[in-house]
Amino acid sequence: MSAKNNNNFDFKAARQRCMKFRRRILDISQTVVALHIAPAFSCLEVVDLIYHGLMRENSSAHKDAFLMSKGHGCMAQYVVLEELGVLSNDDLSKYCTPEGILGAHPDYETPGIEAATGSLGHGLSMAVGMSYAEKIKGADSAIYTVLSDGEVQEGSTWEAVLMAATFSTTNLVAFVDYNDFQSLGRTSETHPTFYPLTDKFIAFGWESVEVNGHNAEEVFAAVQQRKGDRPLMVICKTIKGRGVSYMESVPIWHYRAPNQEEYEQAINELKEISS
Amino acid sequence: MRNKFADTLYKCAVEDSNIAIVVADISPAGSMENFRQEFPHRFLNVGVAEQSMIGICAGMSLRGLQPFAYTIATFTLYRPFEFVRDDLCYQNLPVTIVGVGGGVVYSTLGGTHHCQEDVAIASAIPNMSVIAPCDPEEAEAATKYCAVQKNGPIYLRLGKAGEPSLTANADTPWEFGKIRYLQKGNDVCILSYGIIMKKSLEVAQALEKLGKSVSLVSVHTVKPLDISGIEVALSSHSEVVVIEEHAPSGGLSHRVKEVAWDMQASCKLHTFTLQDRFLHNYGNHDDLLAAHGLSVDKIVDGIK
Repeated sequence: MSAKNNNNFDFKAARQRCMKFRRRILDISQTVVALHIAPAFSCLEVVDLIYHGLMRENSSAHKDAFLMSKGHGCMAQYVVLEELGVLSNDDLSKYCTPEGILGAHPDYETPGIEAATGSLGHGLSMAVGMSYAEKIKGADSAIYTVLSDGEVQEGSTWEAVLMAATFSTTNLVAFVDYNDFQSLGRTSETHPTFYPLTDKFIAFGWESVEVNGHNAEEVFAAVQQRKGDRPLMVICKTIKGRGVSYMESVPIWHYRAPNQEEYEQAINELKEISS
Repeated sequence: MRNKFADTLYKCAVEDSNIAIVVADISPAGSMENFRQEFPHRFLNVGVAEQSMIGICAGMSLRGLQPFAYTIATFTLYRPFEFVRDDLCYQNLPVTIVGVGGGVVYSTLGGTHHCQEDVAIASAIPNMSVIAPCDPEEAEAATKYCAVQKNGPIYLRLGKAGEPSLTANADTPWEFGKIRYLQKGNDVCILSYGIIMKKSLEVAQALEKLGKSVSLVSVHTVKPLDISGIEVALSSHSEVVVIEEHAPSGGLSHRVKEVAWDMQASCKLHTFTLQDRFLHNYGNHDDLLAAHGLSVDKIVDGIK
């Protein structure tokens, strides 16, 4: 990946966008029975940065792509794609309805969606295949993907981690949304020997750093300062449900929509987030 | 058959720079070494990591390559099943997954290497096609088709090595989705596919000695099945025999019975398959087939 990313990335504007995105997701939550709010809020800053700060306009030399490996975080992707005009307001308003095209996991052939995910442990292998294909075709494309920390427990993820290093997919940048939660508890408690994660990826031949995943400056710097001679895994320390006090690190909000009162409280709490 | 696959894929790769092969620590011989040396970036060995073999093929296909995944049949379909289903079939990507040693070809390696339910499993997935050539020439034609088609995923069930040529006198060239008559008769029609065709031919010859006029048909494309072709076979013979190296459930036998019921066929219908059980036998391929009850004598006795 030789081309520069967006060096004029406006972090203040990004924080404002992410506040707007959280409001949009909360609004949608009032029209459906349930949705993955908290998993989207934990990776929102990273997804916004990928689209606005890292991915470049398509050209004859490259076609960058983002693949949401943690498919249940797709609300974060939908709201960014809406803001970019790839998805319409109508598309998001009809989320999970018979009239709509968007479901609770990214679906292949939906505008802006590279691949169908939702079953964990698939995205990284596909991203490796995409990166490799671009490389051998002589293209300068970069492939970005976001994994959940629970997903890193999948054996297939580690097959893909090994292959990325083996096949030198230096154009692959992956992020782990390290919010420390999976369905039955904290990942650091269910699998305490798994940490620190960076060491594991470095041992497999990746470059890996840990940053605050809600701080776009830190995430951006990690990508900009990479050596580039191997794939990069950015461990993004995040808070599940970040931005709404009663959702933060509370497992039930993995897949629940707030009631009217909770919704109003959430809206009132929204502010720019930088950590 | 695997050498013919390798020779053919190499020729396709010379013509088309999008052809790639991803193997999981098993590689065909033949021209695959040429492939590897001339197109090193299009020959990937993931090692013993079948899930990523399929996922990487999906990613390559999403970016315009035409990849083949290749390993022993059980490991190309069963081990990474959900990757085959979600990454290839759900997304309807034109990736060919090649299973070497379908059936009980790996006759000395035990039950872990027997692939006796693969046609049923692959056929059950939407978008998936299933091709099982009966000889090296059909393997060549099928590989050429897989190298250029853009319709969706294909499970290509191959034998191993040393299969005889059986299709020199076929009435039609190989065509995806169409059955072909290797010989035409009037009384009995044998429907078969894959490398057990050699035994099906022996059955045909044994029946001819008993005075019957026998058709022998290669149903190389098991999915999508050539329904109209099967209907003609059922209506133009007084006896139809299905011989397949596959479990009794979900294979060609079931499909032919469905077609026969739907058309109210009046012919006699006999089906011969592997048994619905795991065997702990060893020996050559014929020994394993015989242990499953698939010997020429038993089949002929079953028809008489």
